Amino acid sequence: MKISRLLLAVIVIGIFYSFFKIFFGIILKQPIPGSLFTMYMFFIIIGVLLVFSFTEQGAKELMSPIKDLLENPEKMMMRNVVFGIVTIFAGFITYQQVKPSFEAPLELRTIHPAPPSNISAYNKSYNLLTLENPFMKYKKEDPEKFKQLIYEGGEVYFKNCFYCHGDKLDGKGHYAHGFNPLPANFMDVGTIAQLQESYLFWRIATGGPGLPKEAAPWLSSMPVWQNFLSEEEIWKVILFLYDYTGYVPRSWEKH
Amino acid sequence: MKFSKKITLTFFIILFLVLASPIILNITSKSSVFSLQPLSIVLAEEVKQDAAAAPAEETAVKEDKAKPAYPPAPKLKESDYPKVKGFNGRIVIWLAAQLHLWFAAFVLAVPIFVLIIEGIGVATKDERYDKMAYEFIKISLTAYSITAVFGGLLAFSLIVFYPDFLKYMANIFGSTMLAYAFLFFAESASLYIYYYGWNWLKHGFKKWVHLTIGLILNAVGTTLMFLANAWVTFMMSPGGVDAAGVFQGNDWAVIHNFLWNPINLHRFVANVAYGGSVVGAYAAYRFLSAQTRDEKAHYDWMGYTANFIAIAALLPLPFAGYWLTAEIYAYSQQMGITLMGGVFAWLFIIQAVLIGALFLSANYYLWCGMGRSEGAVRYNKYIKYIAFVIIACFLVWFTPHTLVMTQAELKALGGPYHKYLGPLGIMPAKNTAVNIMILFTFLSFLLYRRANKVATVSWAKYGNIAQTAIFAGAIINIVFLGVYYGYFTNTVLKVGSSVPQVASTLSVIIFCIIIDVLMFKGAKDVAPLKWGNVPDRSQYALFLLAVSFTWLMGLMGYIRSGIRQHWHVYAIMRDNSADAFTPTIGYSAQIVSIGVIIFMAIVIFIFWLNQISSKKA
Repeated sequence: MKISRLLLAVIVIGIFYSFFKIFFGIILKQPIPGSLFTMYMFFIIIGVLLVFSFTEQGAKELMSPIKDLLENPEKMMMRNVVFGIVTIFAGFITYQQVKPSFEAPLELRTIHPAPPSNISAYNKSYNLLTLENPFMKYKKEDPEKFKQLIYEGGEVYFKNCFYCHGDKLDGKGHYAHGFNPLPANFMDVGTIAQLQESYLFWRIATGGPGLPKEAAPWLSSMPVWQNFLSEEEIWKVILFLYDYTGYVPRSWEKH
Repeated sequence: MKFSKKITLTFFIILFLVLASPIILNITSKSSVFSLQPLSIVLAEEVKQDAAAAPAEETAVKEDKAKPAYPPAPKLKESDYPKVKGFNGRIVIWLAAQLHLWFAAFVLAVPIFVLIIEGIGVATKDERYDKMAYEFIKISLTAYSITAVFGGLLAFSLIVFYPDFLKYMANIFGSTMLAYAFLFFAESASLYIYYYGWNWLKHGFKKWVHLTIGLILNAVGTTLMFLANAWVTFMMSPGGVDAAGVFQGNDWAVIHNFLWNPINLHRFVANVAYGGSVVGAYAAYRFLSAQTRDEKAHYDWMGYTANFIAIAALLPLPFAGYWLTAEIYAYSQQMGITLMGGVFAWLFIIQAVLIGALFLSANYYLWCGMGRSEGAVRYNKYIKYIAFVIIACFLVWFTPHTLVMTQAELKALGGPYHKYLGPLGIMPAKNTAVNIMILFTFLSFLLYRRANKVATVSWAKYGNIAQTAIFAGAIINIVFLGVYYGYFTNTVLKVGSSVPQVASTLSVIIFCIIIDVLMFKGAKDVAPLKWGNVPDRSQYALFLLAVSFTWLMGLMGYIRSGIRQHWHVYAIMRDNSADAFTPTIGYSAQIVSIGVIIFMAIVIFIFWLNQISSKKA
């Protein structure tokens, strides 16, 4: 039996749909969020239609069942049934979209504040464009001292930061579930791996209240650590964060 | 006079040198692009220089008396911005600037490839090229006057709504603004002689005079764009002024600011791609309304050529864009993060979708075009694999790092990032995907080239093996560079690894084309190539290409300008108008979309004008 080209296209789309659902949702246990899944499926459908219609013959075969359904007088009953199903389906989708929900609205915001050029901390002004970690030089000059500084940074971390950012630095500390936005996951390739050390200094020293006015409210629960830690302790904890995660701070020169 | 190939070659070398001369001059000048430094280093240097300059102040005072005094950047209040009832100043400027830019990009690009096509016509002695080049320039001529109209509207709007800002810019760029105005005369004169003299200067030595005028037209046009780019980039990365915005008197320093060259390159390449897509839409318009077979064949060929130009320029465009973005990051981390990690990040997802749409429509056009020859049936079976790879890359290309999730999804994933898809949200994955997408688009083109031919050279089998090996090697290299350097090394290597990725892609294109040209020299035709024998669907792909390009330029132009946020001139002159806030994503997208609709409506009007101008009573 020859499968119609339209049915074949539907089967191919169905295979991709099932793959995403089963592979990510069941096997990896990390389902793809609806917003992204819709985009994926939209372009997969477009891709399938392009492949099935790039030849004149292929396009005709793809459209022929639809054309037949719409134009063949003998298929009036089926046409009415299909029209009915399509209408009800469209109504169902619309209802799903507009029905009242108790769920909190989606947040489109990206929690990724841009740093200012200058900050004030410890009664001093820091130029974030030129600010560097004063201990970084020991990496080459005195590796033993550097190791000790990282160790001390680790102590600072486990005495102060790990409650929220977690003992694996993955943002899953004891109190993490109480926050929205969640504490930063330093293990993620998109956080400290993408940032300069001066950025981390700014975020740690001035905390949530130090975030820029633009795009407020940030809702960050990050304390103002300059009130609790010394400048040196902040630089040490930054060394520890990069050492533990294995990432290298963003820079424009090779280290 | 006999036009030998040598003369043609010499001509194109001169063309290249003239077009590239502003860039070459930059690189060879003392303050070359390579000596430019990020804001951080510049500021640090300025502090040092200020300290060192103190003892020499007395001598400097004497010298300063001879120099004209320039004012600092004004500190404006909201009341300094005039209001006109019923108009929002920012929207007027936004739309006027954007429409001016769309038309300007088009009219600057068309003469570039018209000159090349005219040159090909001279070299091949094929009259069809000359006819097509003439038709292309005819479209751009109508658009030229509209460009000037929108330029005028922009200038007047700036005078009305932002007079103090314009005054400050005029204090710094007075000389370049005057140069711009004079060059505009030169541009108009050369364009009119080039167009109206087309038939007069058609034969013999006169043709070379005509080509030379075309060359001058392009050199002037490119210089005009570079001057305007200086004003725009000065607003983003000001150079040649002190911290208070006082002009130091060096014109070259303000022109040659940090982002000038990256923008020059990006806009130059993008203009060509954009110009190609708009004339492609014109060809599609004429194809769909054609009455005769000959007319259909002509406009099919024209559409194919325009698409070829657009795609040839589109392929290197992501790399030019990446360079520009890397330079923005290098200049200011604040602007860089605002651009791709902050408030504008979602617009980049729309950008990614539109770029994917460009690649898909360009590929679809090529696949449909294979229907021109029955010989192409051999290759139809490969299309589904090419489509699979391109779609897979496309999905990676637009996967965001931070996902939009419901509370239930957030809970299921345990955080705002997807464990397996999250890493696809950063640049190394995007670079890898776009390089592979480009390679497979190129593969579509290679198959199209072979559609109606069979290689007759004895080494054809080895040629195919070599091409396959080059492709495979490049893909392995691109994936390795993307995965290893992108995720397991530091940022310098991460950003740096994009260069060998691009080099791999470009190498494939160059080597495979060389092998293909040699392999198919004297090839046997399997079936005739029937121009005009393409489905109407393919022409809509050409329309989609032009609309996507226009929308893309509008959105990205807004982002480029918007990352200055509340600054007229970044970190120098603050915007204190009531509109100094960053609008929401939806609002910005609506304004840009309104611009696109206005632009497309005018473009269709131009197409119609061209159609009626070729009708006989």
